[in-house]
Amino acid sequence: MNWFRNSSFVSITTVLAFTAVFWYAAAVYLNSAVLIDKYERHKVEWDFSKLVDDSWSMDRPIMPAPHQIILDLNKSIFQQKISSKRSLVYHGWVTISSTMVGFAMGAILGILLSVGIVHVPTLNKSVLPWIIASQTIPILAIAPMIIVVLGAIGVTGLLPKAIISAYLCFFPIAIGMVKGLRSPDPMHLDLMKTYNATKSQFFWKLRWPASTPFLFASFKVSIAISLVGAIVGELPAGARAGLGARLLTGSYYGQTVQIWSALIVASLVAGTLVLLMTVLERRVQKRMGVQL
Amino acid sequence: MKNIPILNWIFSIGFVIQFLFSRDWMFHGVGTLWYALQPFIASVLVILRPTVIKGMPGKIMISLLITSGCLASLNSVHSVEPTISWGIWLYVVTLVGLMWHLMGFWSSVDTRLNKKMAVAINLLVPVLFGGMLLYLWEMLTVGFEVPQVLLPSPSLIGIAFANSLEILWADFQQTFMKAVLAGFFLGCGSGFIVAVLVDKIPFLQRGLLPLGNLASALPIVGVAPIMVMWFGFDWQSKAAVVMMMTFFPMLVNTLTGLKSTERMELDLMHSYAADYWQMLIKVRLPNALPFIFNALKINSTLALIGAIVAEFFGTPIVGMGFRISTEIGRMNVDVVWASIAVAALSGSLFYALLAFLERQFTGWHPSFRVG
Repeated sequence: MNWFRNSSFVSITTVLAFTAVFWYAAAVYLNSAVLIDKYERHKVEWDFSKLVDDSWSMDRPIMPAPHQIILDLNKSIFQQKISSKRSLVYHGWVTISSTMVGFAMGAILGILLSVGIVHVPTLNKSVLPWIIASQTIPILAIAPMIIVVLGAIGVTGLLPKAIISAYLCFFPIAIGMVKGLRSPDPMHLDLMKTYNATKSQFFWKLRWPASTPFLFASFKVSIAISLVGAIVGELPAGARAGLGARLLTGSYYGQTVQIWSALIVASLVAGTLVLLMTVLERRVQKRMGVQL
Repeated sequence: MKNIPILNWIFSIGFVIQFLFSRDWMFHGVGTLWYALQPFIASVLVILRPTVIKGMPGKIMISLLITSGCLASLNSVHSVEPTISWGIWLYVVTLVGLMWHLMGFWSSVDTRLNKKMAVAINLLVPVLFGGMLLYLWEMLTVGFEVPQVLLPSPSLIGIAFANSLEILWADFQQTFMKAVLAGFFLGCGSGFIVAVLVDKIPFLQRGLLPLGNLASALPIVGVAPIMVMWFGFDWQSKAAVVMMMTFFPMLVNTLTGLKSTERMELDLMHSYAADYWQMLIKVRLPNALPFIFNALKINSTLALIGAIVAEFFGTPIVGMGFRISTEIGRMNVDVVWASIAVAALSGSLFYALLAFLERQFTGWHPSFRVG
């Protein structure tokens, strides 16, 4: 039995199973007030098993049961044409595309800035403190303004959302890369000096390879926030497509199941993106000869 | 270091050119001409005697002279009926080059032997940089008459800030004092308690730690509409969102922190016949403190984001997120910026407070002894 208790797979499954049981119970508990009220008004006979049955199959439940969400996911992912406005694949794709564009922009900007900071002492003293300080600022607050202001000058669609994502994910990448580019130890730097290496050789042969672990660590963090940025960017100014728009319309029309399935899809997308980064990291590390 | 006077040359030549051909801007506003001359004096001084910038008094003097140049151009741009000619932009561009150079001099001061000086320089250079950005922002938005809807100038934002202090204070109370603080304490507190409980059961730990790590990558802000539906429009729903966002970082960090105690220390406690609680309170929790503070600092930012975003989904008519989304709808961009300034200020003060507490409580930790 020891393998059983020591396996993390079993532990995770147990925790998940408990969550599911708890979820079903919570659904009954949270929905019962509305249902009982309805029964009383319509003078319907009811007992506990009917209450449980009904609370797991309401149209607009306060808390939908897991199977309702799964049914809705099935309906909106597999039963719809991908291009349909009701398909979550379509909405998910809208969000993913601005996430990726924003991530690419933020990554390039962050890496360039970190290279500048490492090589120009004045930039290091003047800009780096601001980058660190800006981590403490709720940057997402400016999302609506960026959307509306860019909308006012005629930039709409994917780009404003991507800019918010880029803005969010550029900070962790810049900070991580500054750390990474400075990570080679003094011995290696001295060795390069004895080889009479040029500045670009220092960079490409030592600093850049040494920074890859930091690069991927910040990539994993920032692709997740990039997604958050894209979703929040869809909230104001009534975006018509995207997971954020699904959340917003769901909350306007009280479609709880729709909100939950959008949330689940968003979580799956986040998980997949981070996983992709991990796979990429493994491959790069393998090519660089790191033994896993 | 070799190219010290080059930018001074460029500035001086630029100054002379614009003075000869396009100097009308210097005659707007009181004293503009006199102020505008000062960076020129500084720059000529540096060309004639490059050593002057090596000493501290010289640096301070030249900084002040350059600041006068900024004031001159601002004064001119803000004066009534300004006729902006290309001269002022030549002046501004070369002046910014000069400022960049000055920052380089400030940041190359050797502070290895003087700790107080190091602190002062590390504060001064970013402040100068921030000031330069503000100056450019003000110059460009006023000088090019950028529509206020696109980007208001800092002075307009300042005026909006002063005019709507009452509204901003009410928003701050609603969003920060109620939603953020309540959610922050609930989330961090429950995360901490769950972590201490789970720590006793390795089986649960193995199950929760990967899930907690996964949860930190999820867009938890998305639960905002659900929470608004459950807990109503007032601050309770925002506090719930904040609580959910802050729970997992606290849980994961505390768990890692509790595991960070070394075997040797535990063995020592064992040999003292310490029971579980003594071990927890005397050794393991103090050891976990750096991790806990790390979570608190991460959470301080998350909490504000959570509360503000949750307000986009519906609130009573007060709150920072509400203010931002409604005022932007009415195109009062200056009030939006003032609101964002409040959010930024409260976010960084909250963070600074936590960092201060961290220093007080974990000053003994090796991570603070280095440097």
